[in-house]
Amino acid sequence: MELGPYILLASIEGSVTAAVLALTAVGLSLVFGVMRVVNIAHGEFFMLGAVIAWFVAQALGAHPAVGFAAALIVAPLVVGAIAVAADVTILKRIDYDPERTIVATIGLLYIIQQLTLMGYGPDARPVEAPFNSRLAIPWWEWKDGALQMYWPWGLATTSYKLAVIGAAALVLLGVWAFMTHTRAGLLMRATQQDREMALAFGIPVERVYALVFGIGAGLAALAAVLIVPISQAHYLMGADPLLLSFIVVIIGGLGSLPGTVVAAILIGLSDGIVSVFFSPTLAKILATLLVALVLVFRPGGLFGTRQA
Amino acid sequence: MLELQGVGSGYGRAQVLRDLDLRVDAGEILCLLGRNGAGKTTVMQTIMGLLLLMTGRITLDGADIGALPAHMIPRAGIGYIPQGRRLFPGLTVAQNLAVGMQTRNSPPEVLDEVLALFPRLRERMGQRAQTLSGGEQQMLATARALCLRPKVLLLDEPTEGLQPSMIEAIREVIVEMRDRGVAVLLVEQRIDAVLSIADRVAFIENGRNGETLPAAALQADRAIVDRYVGV
Repeated sequence: MELGPYILLASIEGSVTAAVLALTAVGLSLVFGVMRVVNIAHGEFFMLGAVIAWFVAQALGAHPAVGFAAALIVAPLVVGAIAVAADVTILKRIDYDPERTIVATIGLLYIIQQLTLMGYGPDARPVEAPFNSRLAIPWWEWKDGALQMYWPWGLATTSYKLAVIGAAALVLLGVWAFMTHTRAGLLMRATQQDREMALAFGIPVERVYALVFGIGAGLAALAAVLIVPISQAHYLMGADPLLLSFIVVIIGGLGSLPGTVVAAILIGLSDGIVSVFFSPTLAKILATLLVALVLVFRPGGLFGTRQA
Repeated sequence: MLELQGVGSGYGRAQVLRDLDLRVDAGEILCLLGRNGAGKTTVMQTIMGLLLLMTGRITLDGADIGALPAHMIPRAGIGYIPQGRRLFPGLTVAQNLAVGMQTRNSPPEVLDEVLALFPRLRERMGQRAQTLSGGEQQMLATARALCLRPKVLLLDEPTEGLQPSMIEAIREVIVEMRDRGVAVLLVEQRIDAVLSIADRVAFIENGRNGETLPAAALQADRAIVDRYVGV
């Protein structure tokens, strides 16, 4: 068989990674952009989303679609509420100081992780996908003077994976519309650009921060609910999304949402393709190398602006 | 209208203002004069709640606003035009004005009134603030503050770095606001420009009160001005 079908398959796998990564990283980028907080606990919010999805699906026990649909709503809301509580009780008290918030979110990471281990246990558990039919992928080949379609053996994906890509794209469009077309989005962007002037124009900055921290965590949780039917829920699953999100956010430009999405697509696709043809480890090495190159040649990221 | 009584304030542990008294009434322009580092900008930032009020009281129409959270102070009716304009650079002109409009939920006709004062901004509504010229940025900073229908307007060096025609336009707006009954507290380095529009001038020296005199008296006797701001 030709190389083309394999590249197509790898690209679809990469697109699933990119979609979930974009959702997770946009949450991290939003928090950094508006609050200037480097949230080391972001991966744990992702993990919590997956674990809560498992609990919700178990509790409902009905058709997988019912449990999954409920998890899609419940997990981001619960994780968002936990993040808001963490903001009010921890980050606000240390006045959002950039250095101290790093230490505080490291502490938050371990608290969430260990509490999950105590309550959920060390096992990896799956959440059943609401639908998961196999979809064969066609390919075209020039044969006997004409382009002919055929179905290469083993070239297939699932309807659920395509749905993950579509759902993530829809949510990202929603985030963009929220930030650019709503009053709350305007106030968030104003706060991002000048915190003091935001206060001088009546914007309740601390409430904006709590909302942003909640939305950022909620997006990570939503990404986890989408991926948990493919990758299972485990109390240590937050490390990889955190690392990849940081890679994406640095490449895209700290605080730049469009840059984050473009970088997520770039990293996700390369991860998918390199993992299929070579190895997942090599994919991570290349991503890390790309970060190093960006930091050397374009420290603000591909879409970032220099900070004064 | 706006009154500061025994105000002490500063940055962190460094106290800049000490036992400062000021009063600016409705329909009055009070100009704050002093050397660089005397504490003029600190006065503005303390009124806006951006710096910690260490001692004293700040009242607006008799109500204590010194203890309010910073975001509640503009909602009480104080508009601030900071030194250096401090626009939201990535937002458009329309969005910068929208931020001003939401502060006190101003009705849409307020925006029309403000744009009537700055017709050039109407042509730039979709343009990002950072791409405006210096004069247009100052117009936008002023318009943004007027959008909240202020009872008190704080202006920190509004004509800094502007060409003469733009200075005149800003000056006319300040006088217009005073005539509409707004209390104006103005920090300005250009002494002649100040004396031509101010009703009273308050001198500040090392964060403490100097004399407060009618502007007309200073026009007659420039020696006092030289004593406080001369080099």
